[in-house]
Amino acid sequence: MQAIFRRELNAYFKSPLGYIFLAIFFYFSGQFFTSVVGSQVNQINYVFSSLFSILMFAIPILTMRLMSEDKRLKTDQALLTAPVSLSGIVWGKFLAALALFGVAITITVIYFVILSAMSEPIWNIFFGNLIGIILLGSALISIGLFVSSTTESQMVAAIGGLGAMFFIFMLDGIATLLPEALSWLRTVFEKISFTTRYNDFTSGILDFTNILFFVSVIVIFNFLSVRILEKKRWS
Amino acid sequence: MIEIKNLTKRYGNKLAVDNVSFTVNKGEILGFLGPNGAGKSTTMNILTGYLSATEGQAIIDGYDILENPTEAKKKIGYLPEQPPLYIDMTVDEYLDFMYDLKKVKVGASKKDHITSICNLVKIADVRKRMIRNLSKGYRQRVGIAQALLGNPEVLILDEPTVGLDPKQIIEIRSLIKNLSQSHTVILSSHILPEIQAVCDRVIVISKGKLVADDTETNLSNKLSEDIRYTLRVDGPEQEVEKVLKAIPEMKSVQALGEKEAGVFEYLVEANEGFDIRRELFKRMSSRNWPIMGLRSSELTLEDIFLRLTNDNTYQENGGEE
Repeated sequence: MQAIFRRELNAYFKSPLGYIFLAIFFYFSGQFFTSVVGSQVNQINYVFSSLFSILMFAIPILTMRLMSEDKRLKTDQALLTAPVSLSGIVWGKFLAALALFGVAITITVIYFVILSAMSEPIWNIFFGNLIGIILLGSALISIGLFVSSTTESQMVAAIGGLGAMFFIFMLDGIATLLPEALSWLRTVFEKISFTTRYNDFTSGILDFTNILFFVSVIVIFNFLSVRILEKKRWS
Repeated sequence: MIEIKNLTKRYGNKLAVDNVSFTVNKGEILGFLGPNGAGKSTTMNILTGYLSATEGQAIIDGYDILENPTEAKKKIGYLPEQPPLYIDMTVDEYLDFMYDLKKVKVGASKKDHITSICNLVKIADVRKRMIRNLSKGYRQRVGIAQALLGNPEVLILDEPTVGLDPKQIIEIRSLIKNLSQSHTVILSSHILPEIQAVCDRVIVISKGKLVADDTETNLSNKLSEDIRYTLRVDGPEQEVEKVLKAIPEMKSVQALGEKEAGVFEYLVEANEGFDIRRELFKRMSSRNWPIMGLRSSELTLEDIFLRLTNDNTYQENGGEE
């Protein structure tokens, strides 16, 4: 697992992907932060809540290559015939993407320091937001990873990942449009809404069920990716 | 060391490997011979745990590849048909990664171990280069290097000499020969001379079925009873053919047309157990038709299968139930 983690993390910086991801993330978060500073409010949570829509585009960049490239280059033969478990492969890759994501969000620490210099730091809001974005990012990465494991093509993985992210982003909107007869489906959509749960974090509510929700998403989708690898053997 | 029991692999309705069983002893070099699509790669992929068998078992040094995959895989170095190379890494980075991935434990340090393997397969001069920029021959050798990491007891090499030039082929063959002193090797190929040059024992597989399992010597003996010749005679085609057919031990004569001015070529086949070369000479010379050439005709893989299986057990539609 460690070997795979190290290789994938290095690979991000051997292609433009890692740089593109960081550039997009830094640029947009910088924009949001500038407007916070410009409007002279001590509300870092504004930056975090806006970042959701950026992650939608940025996460598929992180995950598109992860599994699909191995299939295309047949390097999966090296991975699957090495003494590593399937879940070791999936988690290794997941953690590599998460590590790069971690590099990206350290920028928010700088924003926090700048805001704190100008006014009273609000520690609990900042940490709540930080936990929220790490959980959200991890969940989206595991979904993108799963999409990537279903195809041999990076492009298909990228577009499929984007579609999945977009659907998640739209869940609340779709729920309100559903007719009364489908109220049960509306309830389901509202329950699995990433936005509502993430917004709880950004408004400073640290709800244990929300944490559990995102952790479950991560575990379930990584498990599904393992199953996809397993299935390939039997086909 | 390696035990395969009733291995069967189905892709949907297609039977890729059909009830194959064999064992390989420690220190043996086993050749795996068969035409393209015979099931060689599938068998090797099952043996290394990349694919799962539909039925049957593969046991490496006492560990079942399905039940004890991690232990079994530690014993194996595998070179698949297409070397599994990350083209965005340098050779050094790649071997370093594979060393960690395979959880290698050797006496020497990581650096020394990788260096010694690079020297062995002669890639020391390209270690700092990106794999993307290497030629096919070098990539193949990096693939072999990767399989050798950690000195695994079992080496499984799927067509290791594909894409190499003749000089490299000879080098790799002698390398495999040397490795066999301390390793058990399974080697696949669709080229008979390659298998003959390297292996102690040969398994012939066709359309998923095992059609022969014999020592190299026995196989060579069977195949050396050459009874087919390509013959060139300077003389009138139809009359020569008539005279050839008149030889009592002759099984068949096939005219292959004019190859040089006035010289015609024939494919002649004698009945088994007869040497017709002397008779050919006498009959041709008595009519003053000089023999311009006589050589034994090479066997095609199909011929080999027919011979090895005494014509009966091997059937054209052997792959279907």
